[in-house]
Amino acid sequence: MSGALKRRVTQLQNEPTCPTSLAKSDADKRKGCAVRGLTPGAAAGGCAFDGAMITLQPVVDALHLIHGPIACLGNSWDNRHSGTTGPTLYRRGFTTDMSELDVIHGGEKRLWKALKQAIARHQPPAVFVYQTCVPGLIGDDIVAVCKEATERLGTPCIPVEAPGFIGSKNLGNKLAGQVLLDHVIGTREPDPELDPAGPTDVNLIAEYNVAGELAHVTPLFDALGIKLRTALTGDARFHRLQTAHHAKVNMVLCSHALFHVARHMEQRWGIPWFEGSFYGMAAIGHSLRHFARLLAEQGADPTLPARAEALIAEREAATKAALAPYMARIRGKKALLYTGGHKSWSVVSALQELGLEVIRTSVRKATETDKGRALELLDDDEDRLAGAIPNPELYRILKEGEADIMLSGGRSQFVALKAAAPWLDINQERHHTYAGYDGLITLARELDKALNSPVFPAARAAAPWDDDGNLLPEMGEPA
Amino acid sequence: MTALPRKSPSAKGSHAKALSENPLKMSPALGASLAILGLEGSVPLLHGAQGCTAFGLVIMVRHFKEPIPIQTTAMSELTTILGGADNLEQAVLTLKSKLGPKVIGVCSTGLTATRGEDLAADLKRIAAEQAETLDGTRLIGIDTPDYAGGLEDGWSRAVTAMIDQVARPNPGPRDPKRIALLAGCHLSAGDIDELRDLAEAFGLEATVVPDLADSLDGHLPPAWPKTTPGGTRLQDIETLGAAGAVLALGRHMEPAARLLEDRTGCPALVLPNLTGLTESDRLVATLARLSGRPVPARLRRQRDRLRDTLLDAHFHTGDKGIAVAAEPDLLAALVGLVESLGARITAAVAPQSGPALEEIKAPVTIGDLGDLEDMVRAAPEPCHLIISHSHGRHPAQALGLPLLRAGFPQFDRIGAQHQVSVGYRGTQARVVELANLFIDHPGDH
Ligand code: SF4
Repeated sequence: MSGALKRRVTQLQNEPTCPTSLAKSDADKRKGCAVRGLTPGAAAGGCAFDGAMITLQPVVDALHLIHGPIACLGNSWDNRHSGTTGPTLYRRGFTTDMSELDVIHGGEKRLWKALKQAIARHQPPAVFVYQTCVPGLIGDDIVAVCKEATERLGTPCIPVEAPGFIGSKNLGNKLAGQVLLDHVIGTREPDPELDPAGPTDVNLIAEYNVAGELAHVTPLFDALGIKLRTALTGDARFHRLQTAHHAKVNMVLCSHALFHVARHMEQRWGIPWFEGSFYGMAAIGHSLRHFARLLAEQGADPTLPARAEALIAEREAATKAALAPYMARIRGKKALLYTGGHKSWSVVSALQELGLEVIRTSVRKATETDKGRALELLDDDEDRLAGAIPNPELYRILKEGEADIMLSGGRSQFVALKAAAPWLDINQERHHTYAGYDGLITLARELDKALNSPVFPAARAAAPWDDDGNLLPEMGEPA
Repeated sequence: MTALPRKSPSAKGSHAKALSENPLKMSPALGASLAILGLEGSVPLLHGAQGCTAFGLVIMVRHFKEPIPIQTTAMSELTTILGGADNLEQAVLTLKSKLGPKVIGVCSTGLTATRGEDLAADLKRIAAEQAETLDGTRLIGIDTPDYAGGLEDGWSRAVTAMIDQVARPNPGPRDPKRIALLAGCHLSAGDIDELRDLAEAFGLEATVVPDLADSLDGHLPPAWPKTTPGGTRLQDIETLGAAGAVLALGRHMEPAARLLEDRTGCPALVLPNLTGLTESDRLVATLARLSGRPVPARLRRQRDRLRDTLLDAHFHTGDKGIAVAAEPDLLAALVGLVESLGARITAAVAPQSGPALEEIKAPVTIGDLGDLEDMVRAAPEPCHLIISHSHGRHPAQALGLPLLRAGFPQFDRIGAQHQVSVGYRGTQARVVELANLFIDHPGDH
């Protein structure tokens, strides 16, 4: 790794807002966190490159070019459901697909050619160029290639130096946030005619528009006259993203990985920020109130907070009415929540609003604040907070009926199904959006669909024979 | 035929283009991992940074809709500098104690191969030094650098490694009732079951290597499987050379079959393609000859049905333009099938070279789904259908054409593992599917 990259990584790991870092001794802090926490043969999770893609790929009109051999993109593209309301260029997979010769002679020439071809063919507003392990190891200087390409081809080519071996997905998220700060945000002023900056402009940070969930959030903003300048980076357009520094308030969702982006924007452009969520009525109310107050404090319409209260009251009443029929069918069911970070409490709160009992939640990758909130929601019962739960244990919990349903990410889906137990996707690969008031109704409907599906009793029913295939005495008789 | 420059299939491994758009290709380590999952009690271990394993896991889970045991040696920046042998050893020992696998299939990746790690030597040392701890667990090493070849190559190298590192010389007599089937990566669990049934119809007992039909066929096991819940048993590979014959199913299985033949004298036969009437005839004739038994009436009836179906289908398939993109052996099978129905090949694209490309008469492009899209747009005659893995939905959407999914991965379908395309019945199922697709989407005719 280059000296510059190394410094950036160490700096990010020493983030005052990084919970893992806060818990460390000074000596540990100096060592950084990239290499720790991973046991060979018992590790799970994506690499830094993966994390960088999660954070940047939702810029829908940009071209995302992966520099490396085929493994990094060929095995992974097209596996997320970050939505768009327009351009689809971000969905295309681009890679330099390095060959053995490139590994021997260096891949910079190949990258340069690839950039030239990609820009000529698609004329994107910008190209994000992702470094991966092999070119990182042989020392391909993607920063230099990007610099030259930007100058000679006239399209911003932005280097994303997060090769997999430097660390986890989370570190990749952070590095990608730094890329936005270094190369994108603040590099353009809003067009005074077409896109003037206004007193109610806000950004949503770490909102990736998974399954198009922004569509459940922006109508709430519209109702209050709040304008989404841009999300970082769900459904973002590159030119608009460059003007993110004109927002009046930033909200950080779901992830402490991008706290540094909000902090930096506060220091540099004086934009206040808060952390929030759109999962469940309590969280939505909290977020809308925050926006209204912070905007009003900075000179937006002083009636905004009162209007927000009215909207919240109206929408909560309507939502409760819509939820009633579902809740009658799912109330009291026991849920196992296996996610992490911010969702370890925000989803708990949404599930509890729907009348479910959360028997356990995993607080992997959660901040101390996240853990505190989860604990508060779970009656201060430490036993209901879990770290990583091994698959056999997840299987047992479901098979033995300790939980009626598991909510988790795609890779543990089949642990539940092998136990013939209901499962709901709560992570990035999901197809449904659970954000906003309408999202909560969707969540209730999906829970009802899963918990009350006739396939579960059918799949659990015993066969009319024993383990050796002999018919049980009362079976097989003609009726 | 198109505006794009074509490369001959013999242009092995070289890349004309610096930019791959909408890749068709996947990594050889992924192909090798898939093959390892066809062994009983196994777990693939990728020697590299953690991301490669995470991506491999996700794509396999999305295709099979099954839990997949796969692990990583979790190389970091520091171990990349210092060397990965310690990580490898630690990973092997951790897997042994946590999962107790019968086989750990270790695949190199771009990172460890570029570093010049000597996987074979490291594994040999670990196996010797930790012999006691590792008792009952076999280590199989496979060289699969990400920059050399693709999925099919990785699968091929893995099966060759299984033969090379497990099969023993065969001093005793051969068992004429037993045949070894080396199954290529173009065969589904359903295909393997069909082949086993066919062999059984001739009184032959088939040992399939690797046997995904026994490990990843998607069934509800009585307890949580820590490693693969089924698959080829190691002892059956050890004694594979005692079979009456070994059939390489797919051209990329030929090196493994030849190796077994050289080592054990077990005669090797290559059946490059098992889809289509003539191809099924060749398969059935081979089984009849090996067993010395007549072709059962049931199979003769199946053949007559297939002939009838071909006649029914040709009204709908004749002169249709079809663009196909797949790994070499699957490409050969699909192109052959489509051509036998009177359809035209608008484009035939392979992600990388492979011996099966020699079997294809139509011009083949080594490229990606971006090339396929360009070729369809530039084609002088209309194209009506795309056949490829699930990523083919991108060109299909862009071109407004239907997509028939074939091969790996099929993440937007359920039941892909049970799709049967071999033999009379499998061919018939595919022909019916194609014809019905054209009934629904007749295109501009
Ligand atoms: S770990 Fe490295 S080689 Fe593997 S996917 Fe991540 S960036 Fe690519």
